[in-house]
Amino acid sequence: MDLSCTDEEEEFRARLREWLTAALPGLPPRPDPMDWPARRAYDCGWQRRLHDAGYADVHWDASPTQRLIFLEETELAGAPYVGANFVGLLHAGPTIAAEGTAEQRARWLPPVLRGDDVWCQGFSEPGAGSDLASLRTRAVRDGDAYVVTGQKIWTSHAEVADWCELLVRTDPEAPSRHRGITWLAMPMDAPGITVRPLRTLAGSTEFAEVFLDEVRVPVENRVGEENDGWRVTMVTLSFERGTAFVGEVVACRRLLGELARAARKNGTWDDAVLRRRLGRLSAEFQALWRIVQANVSEAQATGGVPGAGGSVFKLHYSHARQELYEAAAAVLGPDSLDLGRDWTLDRLSSLSYTIAAGTSQIQRNIVAERILGLPKGR
Amino acid sequence: MDFRLTEDQRALRGGVRDLLEGRFGREALRAAVDSGGALDRDLWRELGAAGFFALRLPEEEGGVGLGLPEAVLVFEEAGRVLLPGPLVATHMAAGSVPGAAEGAVVVTAVDEGLVPWLEQADVVLGDTTGAVPMRSVDPLTPLHRVPVPVSVPAPGEGEARLQAALLTAAEQVGSAGRTTETAVSYAREREQFGQVIGGFQAVKHLCAGMLVRTELARAAVRAASLTVDPVEIAGAKLLADEAATANARDCLQVHGGMGFTWEADVHLHLKRAWVRAGLRLPAARAEEAVAAGL
Repeated sequence: MDLSCTDEEEEFRARLREWLTAALPGLPPRPDPMDWPARRAYDCGWQRRLHDAGYADVHWDASPTQRLIFLEETELAGAPYVGANFVGLLHAGPTIAAEGTAEQRARWLPPVLRGDDVWCQGFSEPGAGSDLASLRTRAVRDGDAYVVTGQKIWTSHAEVADWCELLVRTDPEAPSRHRGITWLAMPMDAPGITVRPLRTLAGSTEFAEVFLDEVRVPVENRVGEENDGWRVTMVTLSFERGTAFVGEVVACRRLLGELARAARKNGTWDDAVLRRRLGRLSAEFQALWRIVQANVSEAQATGGVPGAGGSVFKLHYSHARQELYEAAAAVLGPDSLDLGRDWTLDRLSSLSYTIAAGTSQIQRNIVAERILGLPKGR
Repeated sequence: MDFRLTEDQRALRGGVRDLLEGRFGREALRAAVDSGGALDRDLWRELGAAGFFALRLPEEEGGVGLGLPEAVLVFEEAGRVLLPGPLVATHMAAGSVPGAAEGAVVVTAVDEGLVPWLEQADVVLGDTTGAVPMRSVDPLTPLHRVPVPVSVPAPGEGEARLQAALLTAAEQVGSAGRTTETAVSYAREREQFGQVIGGFQAVKHLCAGMLVRTELARAAVRAASLTVDPVEIAGAKLLADEAATANARDCLQVHGGMGFTWEADVHLHLKRAWVRAGLRLPAARAEEAVAAGL
């Protein structure tokens, strides 16, 4: 057990810190959260800077430990999030890198790394949420194209995306539902695509519904074999459950510090129950950070993508983060009802954490079945 | 950075597990319960000979020369099998109380208004004035109560006290891991409604929650053994207490009616977890200690 960094890792950290210190003051002001084209421009501009500095592929090619250091340091420095490039860098990109042909990698990956192309994700459907394998969007082969008809939902950045990583059903008669699914890269400017923003309970439009009406997607845009898309996709989902939340744990520890300062200022710190509640949360986020380090150590040693350990982490992280905002509401008192406060909007946004990227219930099934070896069943 | 156990650490853990399972398996555990809280001096000497108490003494002083990270692994194993006796106090006294390191002398300490194993110990650290025996909730931890004047402020957490808290936390993690395994293995065997109950999500989710608590506490305890940071140690004790007590309760629930019997071992885990949670930096002070670090 060793939590200290090697000389090489410390050098990576020092070089990154130095670059961040120089690069961040030159960033344009943050865009209006409701202005999607401006958000895209801002996020892609940041990705371009990372690219030019040699950090573009840190999510793919760097060692897990370097990735951890990158996410930790960028968060500590207050650098922008991956934002509109989330799917490109953390879902579609890694999938194409792992499963695509040489031509496909050459075609799609460099624009993602340069911050030129934005990807969105067309996985979930109104009838296929936790049970993703029940998806029904149909793709019928017609010459050199698939003709796609159906509906996708919870698609972030659909309004501004260039590409969509799309799961479609190519064989409805397949003996298993997991067979018969195919992974396609769909250009978002193709005829037949209608994007309708979805307003969340926080009042903003973070997601969209995507309606597909006989959209023609060239066969050459298929990654992996026809009907093998489920296996291709699992590579992507493992990424999501791995190091995707590293920066957010760092952010939570900072938020907790801010909350303690606010509590000391407004007198709620004198309430022992509240104070102890903040203490417990602090212990939990510290331990979550240690779990991240344990998972990264495991990934580093095995060379693979993070396994079910990511589910253990996500289960407690999503719960603890929601608790953080509940504690914040107790500290803020009447101000917690003011939508003008960041804390209030963040409290609302946090309600999705136990649902997005695998509900807590699904995560518990994964932990019970894959780690504890309990039988499948409901 | 590599947070995994080294090969030597895995070997140490395996060796201790083999020793304890051979020397203090289930039959020995139940015999100890039936004996009404007698301390097995032969076992104590064997633990001493195996280096349990002298683990962190330098080799030139007859110790094993290992550190706190190895000690938490060893105490986790002790917690797994519910090894009885004032293990933490004697381990901490090795090197300062003659005979403690070898397992020849049993050392206990006054802590949080309680003295475990007072009558069985050879050396008691702390003021036992006014100590009165109580009927301990844990059949394997005899307890005396000592008066704690209300006006006296809680003692500061010096380095030795913090280490003792961390080793106690490690025992809690061992217990939490064991109750998770016990619950899972029962859930895979017990059948109701024509299937094993481990196939029902209601039961699976309890078990998954137990693993999450254990892993959170284990990561906290192991990290704290490396950083020896007072705030991190307090947080580790807090999470380990929570993991041991809540897991024992969930394990009991998974066992249904059998979990409420004297025959099932789960009550022994719960009762010991309660005792350990009440000793060595209990929740209220641990939470305050972590909050003070914010």
